[in-house]
Amino acid sequence: MSEVLIVAEHVDSHVSKPALELLTLARRIGEPVAVVFGDTSETIAKELGEYGAVRVLTVTDPAMDGYLVAPQAEALAQIAQTMQPTAILITSTPEGKEIAGRLAVKLGSGLITDATDVAADGSTTQSVFAGNWTVTASVTHGAPVITVKPNAITPEAAPTEATTEQIEVTISDAAKTARIVSREPKRSSGRPELTEAAVVVSGGRGTGGDFAAVEELADVLGGAVGASRAAVDAGWYPYAYQIGQTGKTVSPQLYIAVGISGAIQHRAGMQTSKAIVAVNKDSEAPIFAIADLGIVGDLHRVLPAVIEAIKERKG
Amino acid sequence: MKIVVLAKHVPDATGERTFAPDGTVDRTASDGLLSELDEYAVEQALQIADDGDDVDVVVMTLGPDDASDAIKRALQMGASAGIHIVDDPVHGSDALATSALLAEAIKRATPDLVICGMASTDGTMGVIPAMVAERLGWPAVTLGATLSVADGRVTIRRDDDVASSTIEAELPAIVSVTDQSGEARYPSMRGILAAKKKPVETWTLADLGIDGSAVGLDAAWSKVLQTSPRPAKEAGRVVEEENGTSAFIDFLTAGKYI
Repeated sequence: MSEVLIVAEHVDSHVSKPALELLTLARRIGEPVAVVFGDTSETIAKELGEYGAVRVLTVTDPAMDGYLVAPQAEALAQIAQTMQPTAILITSTPEGKEIAGRLAVKLGSGLITDATDVAADGSTTQSVFAGNWTVTASVTHGAPVITVKPNAITPEAAPTEATTEQIEVTISDAAKTARIVSREPKRSSGRPELTEAAVVVSGGRGTGGDFAAVEELADVLGGAVGASRAAVDAGWYPYAYQIGQTGKTVSPQLYIAVGISGAIQHRAGMQTSKAIVAVNKDSEAPIFAIADLGIVGDLHRVLPAVIEAIKERKG
Repeated sequence: MKIVVLAKHVPDATGERTFAPDGTVDRTASDGLLSELDEYAVEQALQIADDGDDVDVVVMTLGPDDASDAIKRALQMGASAGIHIVDDPVHGSDALATSALLAEAIKRATPDLVICGMASTDGTMGVIPAMVAERLGWPAVTLGATLSVADGRVTIRRDDDVASSTIEAELPAIVSVTDQSGEARYPSMRGILAAKKKPVETWTLADLGIDGSAVGLDAAWSKVLQTSPRPAKEAGRVVEEENGTSAFIDFLTAGKYI
């Protein structure tokens, strides 16, 4: 059976959820083979096996750390040249897309980014123009290199016993030119990952900079906090939480837009949410056109009342 | 120092965006403009020029005749010259052909530094800086929230979900900057008048030594099978504030969120 190469992202010796999504899609096309950069933990191989990886290839070359993505693209190209996969799936993060672009050049393969689904024949579905159009496409030359949006599908387990191999790669000096000279880790918010959360509560200009109620509503619903670009530009919330064209794309079960007017750039990042609730003073705000429930009112009164009512129900 | 800014002419995101029958982006359906995200790249180049001696900012665009509007805007903002790569066979090129064309054009323009936006606002792939760098064998220092150039070296700060990192590379290099890098300037009246006298060169495939059959829709390594508009969402319920709490709670209960 043909093999499909996936790149498995991981944190703290555990596989990230988007990698399990890639394995689930890869199984439609062939036998998944997972590449893991920089961690040889047994927990990772075991978790990848749970979701159907038949082989786990670990690459621990020191060049995988300390530079931007060029060394990883080189390593993947060497692996792909040996194993000749039917397709290569990578998660659509900024780094993942850059790796995919470089790999497509190196392998002479067609490239598709930001797929929301991949079929057994390797054809893809994408959501484009701020989520207003759906496009299906396929690669016509070489082994398709496809990046897949996180959270687009639900991972399904398919336990196998994965074999593990350590792969030696040769990284050129040319790939080691964009040096990471310092790195300051960010403190975790303790909330679910924005792109993986079932509920996202987002604040915008209407919050006036006070995100306390937005955060509290997110916490009582077990959700993540997001922000509009206006709120981020004003310095009220960090860029890592920005939702929209130039930030994250989220597609949760429930998206709650608080004090966000809903410009096209914002809708691009949340339009495919399953359900949308909007709270805004302005009854003409474009967000109401896509909301399943719209509340025209002052968020500073609506949110505390809703939080109180949820708490009462929970007892 | 010579800086090339890669700038794309895109359909206005606030207008009606659609596809042409051949599956490419319809560039005639609505007015085009310099991609907002590329304005940040122009701005960073101009700031380097403002602070340095003898810095040349050349804006380069690849696209049909109308794409010259993107160059015009950058010249009005303060760029010193433009290069417009335009040739009929380019229509429908994929990211592979686009990056190959831009890499050849950059070789011909011989800059010390190439600055790009983080992605286009139409295709939104965000892969061109890395792919061009791959072809040139140059460092790609991407997604800078800040950018500085000194002593033959470029340095950025990148903010991602888990860390804030400082990244540097020797010139020549290709960099991209995010929308966090600083508001782009508006053209002044003086800038608008001065732009009319600034030189814009037109380059063809022949100038780049690229055969027409190697680019365009027929040479693309991926093809669009189908494009369909997302069905318009049915308007939901809108309530006034006094009924807001109960409506919200009912909604959460019905959806089993609480």
